[in-house]
Amino acid sequence: MFKILEREEMAQGTVIKNVIEAPKVAARAKPGQFVIIKANETGERIPLTMADTDPKKGTITIIYQVVGKSTALFKSLQVGEGYQDLLGPLGQPTHIEKHDGLVICVGGGTGTAVVHPITKGFKEEGNEVVAIIGSRNKDLLILEDEMTAASTEIKVCTDDGSYGHHGFVTDVLKTYLEGDRKVSLVVAAGPVPMMKFVSKMTEEFGVKTLVSLNSIMIDGTGMCGGCRVSVGGKTRFTCVEGPEFDGHQVDFDELTQRLSAYQQMEKEAMEKFDHDCKIGLNK
Amino acid sequence: MAEKKEKTPRQAMPEQDPQVRRNNFDEVPLGYSPETAQLEASRCLQCKKPSCVSGCPVEIDIPGFIGLIKEGDYSGSIAKLKEMTALPAVCGRVCPQEVQCETLCVLGKKGEPVAIGRLERFAADMAREKGDQTLPAAAPKTGKKVAVVGSGPAGVTVAGDLILKGHDVTIFEAFHKAGGVLVYGIPEFRLPKAIVQDEMDGLAKLGVVFELNQVVGRTVSVDELLEEYDAVFISVGAGLPSFLGIPGENLIGIYSANEYLTRSNLMKAYLFPEYDTPIVRGKNVCVLGAGNVAMDSARTALRLGADRVRIVYRRSREEMPARAEEIHHGEEEGVEFYLLTNPVTFIGDENGRVKSMECLKMELGEPDDSGRRRPIPIEGSNFELETDLVVIAVGAGANPLITSTTPGLEVNKWGYILAEEETGKTRKPRVWAGGDIVTGQATVILAMGAGRIAANSMHQYLTWGW
Ligand SMILES: Cc1cc2nc3c(=O)[nH]c(=O)nc-3n(C[C@H](O)[C@H](O)[C@H](O)COP(=O)(O)OP(=O)(O)OC[C@H]3O[C@@H](n4cnc5c(N)ncnc54)[C@H](O)[C@@H]3O)c2cc1C
Ligand code: SF4
Ligand code: FES
Repeated sequence: MFKILEREEMAQGTVIKNVIEAPKVAARAKPGQFVIIKANETGERIPLTMADTDPKKGTITIIYQVVGKSTALFKSLQVGEGYQDLLGPLGQPTHIEKHDGLVICVGGGTGTAVVHPITKGFKEEGNEVVAIIGSRNKDLLILEDEMTAASTEIKVCTDDGSYGHHGFVTDVLKTYLEGDRKVSLVVAAGPVPMMKFVSKMTEEFGVKTLVSLNSIMIDGTGMCGGCRVSVGGKTRFTCVEGPEFDGHQVDFDELTQRLSAYQQMEKEAMEKFDHDCKIGLNK
Repeated sequence: MAEKKEKTPRQAMPEQDPQVRRNNFDEVPLGYSPETAQLEASRCLQCKKPSCVSGCPVEIDIPGFIGLIKEGDYSGSIAKLKEMTALPAVCGRVCPQEVQCETLCVLGKKGEPVAIGRLERFAADMAREKGDQTLPAAAPKTGKKVAVVGSGPAGVTVAGDLILKGHDVTIFEAFHKAGGVLVYGIPEFRLPKAIVQDEMDGLAKLGVVFELNQVVGRTVSVDELLEEYDAVFISVGAGLPSFLGIPGENLIGIYSANEYLTRSNLMKAYLFPEYDTPIVRGKNVCVLGAGNVAMDSARTALRLGADRVRIVYRRSREEMPARAEEIHHGEEEGVEFYLLTNPVTFIGDENGRVKSMECLKMELGEPDDSGRRRPIPIEGSNFELETDLVVIAVGAGANPLITSTTPGLEVNKWGYILAEEETGKTRKPRVWAGGDIVTGQATVILAMGAGRIAANSMHQYLTWGW
């Protein structure tokens, strides 16, 4: 079992943070890589990009939004309990190097957790790193302090204007793209529409953009092809060739569709989970 | 005398009724009763030079174990089997005996061969039912350490052989469960997972250590393993799905057979929502390809509630590579065959779900390299076939994850590892390989045979240093 050492509810309980004991994974993990976790015998294998790692303490941090049965089950796990299976680090690490211009890391919703280690990595490499993070409203914003520390400059946006800039991350991104300082690279993670619009915008400005994709996965080793995405008209496997791809090449509409494959079944599973919770069948 | 013996016909094995079994995941053949088994065992002539044995890649003493069944000495029989195979309950179920031992059985010349596979299964099942877990005796500890990468039949055979020779063995497996294709590929109704688990538990009892959730090449490299272990055996299977590379292939409802079967078998999506992993349940299913993997996919689709399941294959019935028994079972259950047909495009609805395939009719031309007649498209024969679930089962390739991260490990032009046939040695010192990652997708027993050969060579190296 992979034990939960710390647990925090964020964004009004819609987002959960777990610090998990996994020394081997922590020792190896690089920014951009992910793990696949499974809560129990009957559980589903869920990929999650690591939000942080601490090789000294032998821990990794995951942050996930509660969206369905599996994440609701994860949420029910308390400190001292844990995940039956944890596999990682998987995927290609972010290619971190020194750029002569700005590196802008854009995180929307829990995508902020994904860009956190990447932001940190670029800063440690000596880059000037701008973090742009956004959420629907102030209460749903996560990791503001961590992202402030990980970057050299930070901008916060909320859709409803309850905090920071009133509007989308793309609005703020645009001011940088139009500004005087050279932008060398943009890295984006978050909801698919956000990554799509970021990529569209940076393409107009000719700025290289990496997006971290959250495909549905099973094995994470390139064995099933379930995680396939179209990049530049070619089929690529997110789990082994990704999770980061050139945002200007990704077919986001196809990705959106593929992510909806099990919507109906997920609803069914969630209803059953809620029902079982009410009558006390879980635990 | 011999004539009298021949009067006992080959004993049939009872099976679940096709109309019943197409709705459940329980095992299809039900196994012999002790009476039937003894009757069948009594058909064996106990040949002095048994030709059947030369058809067995791991050289099981076939008349030996069959003779013991006839005498009612079931534990003797299983002990005899275990001398040569670590997985008798598995082999008895999934080996293609009709092209191996049984095709060479002398009785087959005039009549029907001894049902060797069914008897093997019987002996293994009897032992399991009785909880007869007599462990073979292991040699004293040598202090040598071996890492096995992948827990399919090849890896498990190496682990079983070397632990008995006194070496410490650790198996590194990418999945959260051990067994390879036996757990993620072959469906429950052909090979109950409890049986595979039993075999894995047996190895653990012998002292084999299982490191699950370890992707060698990612979470640990072969070179790192070589620092800690004296020798490494690579048996990662042929874990790369083949797609057709035609438009629309990424629509929802189009699976590789690997994904479809892994969801159903390993993740138990057939028990959704008891188990959390979902699977698209098609009503009108097309399976592309006509090998064993295609048959398994088609029969799984039936059990997941399909009204209609078609095997769509570009050649004719004669060229279908699946075992005759699998085709027969599928047909009994209602699988249809749609031959000389090749899809060219998948067509989706507004939600990105597959709704049909555009296909071409084919005709057969001259034989190709494989000796099978080459399918040639008939121009202008395009037509649309409605479907809501497509499973692509047209073969598997070599997964490059381990080979691309291990310097010194050489591969052929298809990406399979180069290993000596007589020893399993790769071009990299202290590294052996075997099973599907060397041969391409083959069979359980061939993978086990390769494991046996490598284990012998590894034991020599560990003992003598060469
Ligand atoms: C659906 C299906 C049905 C089949 N039916 C039959 C049948 O009826 N009879 C028959 O004889 N044969 C059958 N076969 C073929 C047979 O299963 C294979 O030939 C055999 O399993 C090969 O054994 P193996 O040990 O080489 O590899 P596998 O069984 O493929 O095992 C490889 C293992 O290695 C693991 N692995 C992969 N990469 C890594 C890594 N980097 N690090 C750690 N672990 C890794 C995998 O997860 C897997 O567990 C079937 C195959 C399939 C797919
Ligand atoms: S060849 Fe047939 S009859 Fe002879 S020993 Fe083998 S199984 Fe028995
Ligand atoms: S998750 Fe199976 S190939 Fe990527």
